[in-house]
Amino acid sequence: MALDNIFGIGGSALNAQTVRMNTVASNLANAGTVANSESDAFRGKRAVFKAILNDQLNGQDNNKGGVQVTSITDDPTPIKKMHDPSNPSADKDGYVYLSNVNEMTEMVEMMAANRSYQNNVEVINTARQLMMRTLDIIKS
Amino acid sequence: MSIFDTALSTHAQSLTARSQRVEVIAQNIANADTPNFKARDVDFKKVFKNTLEDAMKTTHGKHMALALDESADGMMYRTPFNVAFDGNTVELNVEQAQYGKAAAEYQATVNFLQDKIGGLRKALRGD
Repeated sequence: MALDNIFGIGGSALNAQTVRMNTVASNLANAGTVANSESDAFRGKRAVFKAILNDQLNGQDNNKGGVQVTSITDDPTPIKKMHDPSNPSADKDGYVYLSNVNEMTEMVEMMAANRSYQNNVEVINTARQLMMRTLDIIKS
Repeated sequence: MSIFDTALSTHAQSLTARSQRVEVIAQNIANADTPNFKARDVDFKKVFKNTLEDAMKTTHGKHMALALDESADGMMYRTPFNVAFDGNTVELNVEQAQYGKAAAEYQATVNFLQDKIGGLRKALRGD
């Protein structure tokens, strides 16, 4: 029955949005970190979503359809370096390398993930109500 | 037997088609943030017509009525008002509205079914 699948679809979306929230939390937590080389500097992380496709949808699997996180990629924004010789992690020229996290972008990302999560909770709730109503048919 | 075959008329098939539509829209909402995902919808009329035609093809008493084919034609891509930069065509407001509508339609069908079954029950009890 198609209504059953909604729990799987909604659940996969909740899961994906949670991963996204986690990456945002990690980015924000590391926004102020400095490193002593460009390669060691913290780069913002982004979850990459992918739809679970139709052929998988008609498969035998219980969780039909939905969305999955395929990878978590680094933000390609260039790393900024700052001259701060007193910093313990400064390199030999006195530079520290800042993370490329933009806090404003992360806050917006967090709100977007939050809203998407709420949307999917609502979808699951409605599907649950529809199911309960269907079960009530025999009671009439 | 013959009474119960037709007692629920098309509401039973309609319920299957409606639940399929609810599922497709749930899928759109789940993929609201997926790059290159194209929102889809079900052409209810087409699916329902297919179901009815399938049902009508049972020409022998031992034929079984076909269940609704999951891949029945009627899946269509939604035409978006605006396409996102990442190629995603899900517009949450539209999907939310459609989901609400689909849920309401499903409940309407459930109500019809409930009435039918209530009527049958009344007839059986005879009180």
